[in-house]
Amino acid sequence: MLKTFPKGGVHPPENKLTSSKPIRRLPPPKVVYVPIAQHIGIPAEIVVERKEYVEIGQVIAKSGGYVSSNIHAPVAGTVTKLDKIVDTRGYKKQCIVIRTDAKNESNSKEVEYPLKSEITLDPEAILKRVSDFGIVGLGGATFPSHVKLHVKEDRKLDCLIINGVECEPYLTADHRLMLEKAEEILVGIKILMHALHVSRAIIGIENNKKDAIDLFRKLVPRDAGIQIAALRVKYPQGGEKQLVRALLKREVPKNGLPLDVGVVVHNVGTVFAIYQAVQHNRPLIERVVTVTGKKLENPSNFWVRIGTPISDLLAEVGGIPENTRKIVSGGPMMGKALKNTDVPVTKGTSGILVIPGEEASRGTPRNCIRCGECVDVCPMGLEPHLLMNLTEKTMFEKAAQEDILTCIECGSCSYVCPSHRPLLDYIRFGKTMAKQLESNQG
Amino acid sequence: MYDVVIALIPAFLVSIYLFGISAFITTAAAVISCLLFEYLIQKFLLKTNVTIGDGSGLITGILLAFNLPAGLPIWMVVVGSFMAIGVAKLSFGGLGFNIFNPALVGRVFLLVSFPVQMTLWPLARTDYAGAVDAVTGATTLGMIKDGIQYGDTMSQISSRIPSSMEMLLGTTGGSLGEMSALALIIGGIYLIIRKVITWHIPVTVLATIAIMTGIFWWIDPEQYANPLIHVLAGGAILGAFYMATDLVTSPVTRKGMIIFAIGIGVITVVIRLFGSYPEGISFAILIMNAFVPLINSYFKPRRFGSRIKAKIM
Amino acid sequence: MEDSVLQSVILLTLLGTTAGLVLYVVSKQFYVYENPLIAEIEELLPAANCGGCGSPGCKAFAEKLVSSEDISDLFCPVGGNDVMKIVSGRLGKEVAEKDPTVAVVRCQGSCEVRPKTTEYQGPRSCAISSLIYSGETDCQYGCLGDGDCVAVCQFDAMYMDETTGLPVVITDKCTSCGLCVDACPRDIIEMRPKHKRDLKIFVGCLSEEKGGIARKACSVACIGCSKCIDACPKDAIVIENNLAYIDPLICTLCRKCVPVCPTNSIIETNFPPRKEKKATPNVSPKVEPVKPENNA
Repeated sequence: MLKTFPKGGVHPPENKLTSSKPIRRLPPPKVVYVPIAQHIGIPAEIVVERKEYVEIGQVIAKSGGYVSSNIHAPVAGTVTKLDKIVDTRGYKKQCIVIRTDAKNESNSKEVEYPLKSEITLDPEAILKRVSDFGIVGLGGATFPSHVKLHVKEDRKLDCLIINGVECEPYLTADHRLMLEKAEEILVGIKILMHALHVSRAIIGIENNKKDAIDLFRKLVPRDAGIQIAALRVKYPQGGEKQLVRALLKREVPKNGLPLDVGVVVHNVGTVFAIYQAVQHNRPLIERVVTVTGKKLENPSNFWVRIGTPISDLLAEVGGIPENTRKIVSGGPMMGKALKNTDVPVTKGTSGILVIPGEEASRGTPRNCIRCGECVDVCPMGLEPHLLMNLTEKTMFEKAAQEDILTCIECGSCSYVCPSHRPLLDYIRFGKTMAKQLESNQG
Repeated sequence: MYDVVIALIPAFLVSIYLFGISAFITTAAAVISCLLFEYLIQKFLLKTNVTIGDGSGLITGILLAFNLPAGLPIWMVVVGSFMAIGVAKLSFGGLGFNIFNPALVGRVFLLVSFPVQMTLWPLARTDYAGAVDAVTGATTLGMIKDGIQYGDTMSQISSRIPSSMEMLLGTTGGSLGEMSALALIIGGIYLIIRKVITWHIPVTVLATIAIMTGIFWWIDPEQYANPLIHVLAGGAILGAFYMATDLVTSPVTRKGMIIFAIGIGVITVVIRLFGSYPEGISFAILIMNAFVPLINSYFKPRRFGSRIKAKIM
Repeated sequence: MEDSVLQSVILLTLLGTTAGLVLYVVSKQFYVYENPLIAEIEELLPAANCGGCGSPGCKAFAEKLVSSEDISDLFCPVGGNDVMKIVSGRLGKEVAEKDPTVAVVRCQGSCEVRPKTTEYQGPRSCAISSLIYSGETDCQYGCLGDGDCVAVCQFDAMYMDETTGLPVVITDKCTSCGLCVDACPRDIIEMRPKHKRDLKIFVGCLSEEKGGIARKACSVACIGCSKCIDACPKDAIVIENNLAYIDPLICTLCRKCVPVCPTNSIIETNFPPRKEKKATPNVSPKVEPVKPENNA
C-alpha cells in the first residue's frame, strides 16, 4: 500500500519526457544576469561595483537580514552593469550583470568532486556554512535554508524529511539528481541529521521514479536511521504539508509550520547544495534545470549557472519550435508564463516548459455551476469557488475567515474547473489583500 | 452537460413508444421554447452574451417535458418554459445563480395554475401498432391517494394499480418521464459512471423514501403502500437521479448532499402520505433547494490542520 | 350573516388597535435620539454615497460634519464648493474652498503606439493582472486596459475606448470622487485642476525607463530629455527617474512645452488650434534693370 495524503489532489498526465536523460553540463554563458531577489525574504544588498572583476563564487550581494541570503558570482568575470532585467512576472528587477572572462580557467574547470563522506564540521559550523553560502530551498520556494536549520531550544524535532517527490508534470531535475548524485545526497542527509540532532530521516519519492527508489534502498546502510518511502503518484504530493501527512500521518496545524509537529522538510536539490557547501566549500552558483516540451527537438536536463538567460538554454535544445505559444518557468501547474526569453535562471528555476499552440490556450471562463469539483480536489480542505466569489466581491475579511491564507497555491482547483474559471489567479489576489488586511489590523 | 441528455435517451425512447408522437411533440415544444426564450431574453432584454450553446437550456426543456403529461396543450408547455427559463433561471442571474431547479419551477407553476390539464394522464398504449389513445387514466399514486381517501384498504387498491414489474418497465399512467423506472435507472448509472453526478443524492433520496414508507407500511399495511411501490411509482426515480442532482441547486460537499437528500425524502413522503397531493417530490426538491445555501454554510469540508489532535511538539 | 360580518369587523378593529398601541409604546420605549440637524445636512448632500469625502456614505459624512468642531478640512467633491457653502452656512462653521478637479488618465499608450508583445488570457481585472504580470506590452508602467477604473465609477463618467484600449474620462460627469484613482494599481489616474473649457496639459506617460527603452516599448513615451523643462517659463516641470511631471498648480497653460516634446508625450486638450505663423512675404519680384532701348 503506497502512502499518500487522504484529501484532495489531482492526477495530471505525467509527461516526464526527460527522466532518462542524464544531466548535461553546459559551457558557462557569455553573460550572466544575477537578480538580487532570488529568495523569500529581504533582497540581498549589492557589494560590488561596475567594472569590478569578480572571482567565481565571490560574494556579490550580501544577505539583507535574517530571512535573506547571500548571492555569489556564478562565473569569474567583470561586472558590466547593475541593471534591471525582466523577471518571471515581466517586471524589471535589479540584477548584477557579469561578463564571463573566457580566459579564466575557473569558469570552465571540471566541477566534479570526489565523494567525501566524512563529516568534520560541528552543527554550528554547518549552520554558518549553509548561511554564508547562499543555500535556499531549491524545490521552488527558495526559503533561506539556514532559517530551517536553526531550531530553538524549546522546539522538539524528531524527524527530517527529504522531499524527492517532484510531483509537477514534466519536471525531472530532482529525479536525475537522485539517480546521479545519490551517494552525495546521502552524505548531505547525514550532515543535516547531525546539524539538527535528529536520528531519523525519511526520503519521500513518488512511485513513478522506481529506479531512484531502488537505488536509494540499495545504497542506504541498515543502521543509518534513513528510511526510503515510496509514495502514490498524486499532485501535490510534493507540498510539504501533504508530504508530512502522507509519511508520518501528522497534520501541520493551520497557519503552522512542519516544526510544530516535530519535522523539518528539505528538497533533495537543497540537500545536494548543502553537501557541496559543507564538504567542498562550494557556494550555490548552479542548479539542475529541466528544459522540456512535447515539440522540442532535444528536451534535456542541464546543470545551469545562476543568471544564465533562458534563451541560451532554449538554443541548446534545438531552438524554440514553431507554433510555440507559451514558455513557462516551472511546471504546468504552478509555473509562470514568461514575457520573453531574456529572463535569467534563478535559484528557484526548476524547469522551462515549452508549450505548443493547441495546449497553451485557456478556455473562456463561464459562470460557476457550483459543481463542487474544486472542493473535492483541494488538498487543504478549502472551497475555491467560494474564495473566488468573495474575492470578486472584495470581501477579503470573509475570505480570511474562510481560511484563504492556508491555500498552498497548487492549482488543482483551476485544473479541474469545468467552467474554466481562473480560480487560482483570484485566490492569489485574495490572499494578498487578506494579508494586507491582517497586517493593517495586527 | 450533454451527458445528461444522453442519459435521458432511454427514458425518452420509452415515452415515445408508450405515448407516440405526442411525447415527441411535448418534448420538442419544451426544448424549442426554452432555447428560444433564453435567446430572446438574453439578447434583447438583458443584452448579455447568449449562452444557449452550453446545453443547460436543452436539459431544462427535456426535464420539464418529462414532468408533464403527454398531450398537454402546447401553449401551456410554452408558458411552463417561460417560467422555467425566464423566471427561475435568468431573473436570478443565469446559469449558476438560480436557487431553484428551473424545470421543477415550470412544472409546479403549471400544476398550480392548470390543475385539471396537468392531471389528465393519457393511458400508455401497450401495443405499438394501435392508434393514439385518447383515454386518460390516473397514475399509480393518484389511485392510491384517491382510494385511501375513499376508504379502501391497500389490499383492495393493489388489484387496481400496476404491478411492480409494470412500473419498472413503464406501462402505467403518468408524466412522460415517470414511466420506465428501468430506463431512468440505466441513465442514472451512466451519469454516475461518467462522474457527472455522485451516488450520494439519488441513493439517499430513494433510501429515505423506502425507509420512511417502510416504517409506516410495517405499522399498518392496509393504510400505506409498501416501500417498493413508493420507490417505483411517481416521480421518485426521475427526481432522485435527474432533478435533485442538478449541480447548481444542490450542495457542494458530500455531507451536505446527504442531508439535502434526506430532507427531500422526508418531505416527499410526508406530502405523499399526509398531504393532499398524491406526488410530493417536486415540492420537496424545491423546498430543499431553498435550504442549500444554509446547508453549504454548515457543511464545509474539513480544513487541513484543523484537528488539534495532531501531535504538536 | 350579519352577525359574522359584525364579528369580523369587531375582531379586526380590535386587532388593529392593539397592534397600533403596541407599535406606539415600542416606538416611545426604544426611541433613539438623533440630532435632527444630521438629517437636515444629509438632505443637502448629493446622496451619491461614493466615499469621496473619506466617510462611508453621505449619512456618515453628515454626522461627521455636525459633530466636528472644525470642518475646514472636510470636503464633498461631488457637491463641490456650492454644497459646502450651504452646509457651512447652516452649521455656522468655516469650510475650505477647493478648486474643482477632474480625473486625468495619464497614459496615452494606445494599441497603435504601444504594441502588444504577449497575449494575456487571465482574469480581466487590473488589480489582479498587475499582480500576475507586467502587462501585454513592453511597458510595465502603462495602462493594462482591464477597466477597474471604469467598473468602479458610480457616475458613468468613464468608459473604455475599444480602439485605443485606454479608459476615457467624461469631464462633465466626473465628480472627482477619487474612486478611480484608488482603483488603478499603477497610479495612472490623477486628480488635476479643472480649468474652464476643460483645458488640460499633462505628461501622458508614467514610464521610469531610460529613454531608449521607453521609446521602444511605446512611441509616445516620455524619454526624460528635458526639452520641456527648457521651454517652460514658469519652472512647472520636474524630471525624476527619466520621467517628466508638470505640476498643475504652477502650470499656467501657456503650451510652450507641447510642441518641443520629441515624442509628443505631452498632451494638451481643448485648446484652440495654433495660429500658423504667416510665411514671411516674398521679396518683391526681382526688378530687371530696364534694358536701355537702343534709342538714343
